[in-house]
Amino acid sequence: MSSARTSLGRTVAAHAVLIAYTVIALFPVFVILINSLKTRKAIFGDPLALPLGKSFDLVGYQTVMKQGDFVLYFQNSMTVTVASLFFVLLFGAMAAFALSEYRFRGNTLMGLYLALGIMIPIRLGTVAILEMMVASGLVNTLTALILVYTAQGLPLSVFILSEFMKSVSNDLKNAGRIDGLSEYAIFFRLVLPLVRPAMATVAVFTMIPIWNDLWFPLILASAEQTKTVTLGAQVFIGQFQNDWNALLAALSLAIVPVLVLYLIFSRQLIRGITVGAVK
Amino acid sequence: MGQITLKAVRKSFGEVHVIPGVDLEIADGEFVVFVGPSGCGKSTLLRLIAGLEDTSAGQIMIDGKDATALPPARRGLAMVFQSYALYPHMTVRKNIAFPLKMAGLSEAEQAKKVDAAAAVLNLTAYLDRRPGQLSGGQRQRVAIGRAIVREPSAFLFDEPLSNLDAALRVTMRQEISELHQTLKTTMIYVTHDQVEAMTMADKIVVLNAGRIEQVGSPLDLYRAPDNLFVAGFIGSPKMNFIEGAEAARHKAHTIGIRPEHIGVGSGNWEGTVLLSEHLGSDSFIKVDVDGIGIINVRAGGELGIHHGNRIRLAPDADKIHRFDQAGKAIR
Repeated sequence: MSSARTSLGRTVAAHAVLIAYTVIALFPVFVILINSLKTRKAIFGDPLALPLGKSFDLVGYQTVMKQGDFVLYFQNSMTVTVASLFFVLLFGAMAAFALSEYRFRGNTLMGLYLALGIMIPIRLGTVAILEMMVASGLVNTLTALILVYTAQGLPLSVFILSEFMKSVSNDLKNAGRIDGLSEYAIFFRLVLPLVRPAMATVAVFTMIPIWNDLWFPLILASAEQTKTVTLGAQVFIGQFQNDWNALLAALSLAIVPVLVLYLIFSRQLIRGITVGAVK
Repeated sequence: MGQITLKAVRKSFGEVHVIPGVDLEIADGEFVVFVGPSGCGKSTLLRLIAGLEDTSAGQIMIDGKDATALPPARRGLAMVFQSYALYPHMTVRKNIAFPLKMAGLSEAEQAKKVDAAAAVLNLTAYLDRRPGQLSGGQRQRVAIGRAIVREPSAFLFDEPLSNLDAALRVTMRQEISELHQTLKTTMIYVTHDQVEAMTMADKIVVLNAGRIEQVGSPLDLYRAPDNLFVAGFIGSPKMNFIEGAEAARHKAHTIGIRPEHIGVGSGNWEGTVLLSEHLGSDSFIKVDVDGIGIINVRAGGELGIHHGNRIRLAPDADKIHRFDQAGKAIR
């Protein structure tokens, strides 16, 4: 089956490379998943064996369900991630629209200032953030986490979205103005639907670090009521002994919600990454 | 109603004065074409009238009311863009209905007007498609449809046919002219193509470097151009300009003669044919005339004139345009 644009050899080679990469990327996830379903002895005896026969054991999941309040932890993680995502996308898109659409003094400077946040990690400001949260009485609330994550996600969001918004035709926005749309309507009804792929891209890049973060929940919201999944899983790591079954089970469960969110955005994401390239 | 008056309208971008000052009267129901080379400020002038740019000075009156500070939507104008500017995420029906929806009309009224506009523009079969699934001409019709349903006091067209191929351009040109005759609404049309200007306009405004060079009907501009710029811009092929001794004989700095006003066969001018283009209906002949220089001639169709022939030319004495040192017409 060889035609002008495909040859068997090339197809096989391309797939071999892709499959190899997929295996490497998925291997850690795979190891976590199989070991979460095994007995403690089997985990250490043969980490790469599949959970079959005697080695199969759901004790990890049972421990997770019994100990701690994992439903609450999941709820907390979900609330924080979704709320932060919403604010990052909303405020990021609004700032990006202002930067790309309106000519005002200091426009470029403002853009650079906002982009600076991409280069400087927010964790450098942890002490100051903690002081601020203590002063405003937000310690051990989910609000504190949402505020911090929104700030963390905004720079990248503004940067990516403003580039995309520049590519929305000016004639289109002007047509909207003549049709009687307010600037808000132009933003929400014309520009936002057109940069949806870019929004999905930003959403995925923003969501995963927030879901996985341990640092800020540990510092700002370590109370039982506000624990996130990653923080909750830490109870299984002891000073002298780790409960591997439960830890792996908790991590496996933690993959599920973020995977669902990812699948929601991914169809848009692929369009977002390739949109400029193939036009 | 659609009477528009510009009074000393100026527009600057920083230090650059794009429009140094324009006065213009556009009567109700007129088809006015702004024509000029690229960068002459014709699109900027249109955008000033539309309200998409703020004027730096001057006044824009629409139907006798000062509209200088009004936002675009409240000027009662509709605009058709070169890039069509259709909303890509909406169907044709929604695109056309969008301004009506914004104006707060009921669903039933929207549907009635959309169907009427679609019937006028032959779009009925395409109402449920998206702009991406339409051809260039169809997209432009949708853009015009979106303008029509608003029942504006004037239509503004910003080079609407530039993205279409030659054949379609001729068809759309006629459609827009017919539309103007049906609607009898003021239309302002911007183009760099003098053929579009000549064929469509009631009144042509020739612009150059932000200034109005001349305003008049197509034939006025053709017969009596005010200056060298208009003489050279209007008419195709371009008018021949002659300086030196031949011009001095007519008591002018420069004389101009259109290619179609030069007879072939007899006459005082003699020269060698450099190039001869046979179009069937016409022949365009480029002649190096002794003592004068290169002259383009538009002659009858089936002439047996070829490269290298010696021919005699006779300019029509009544049709010679005379210009002074500054390029102004001497009448």
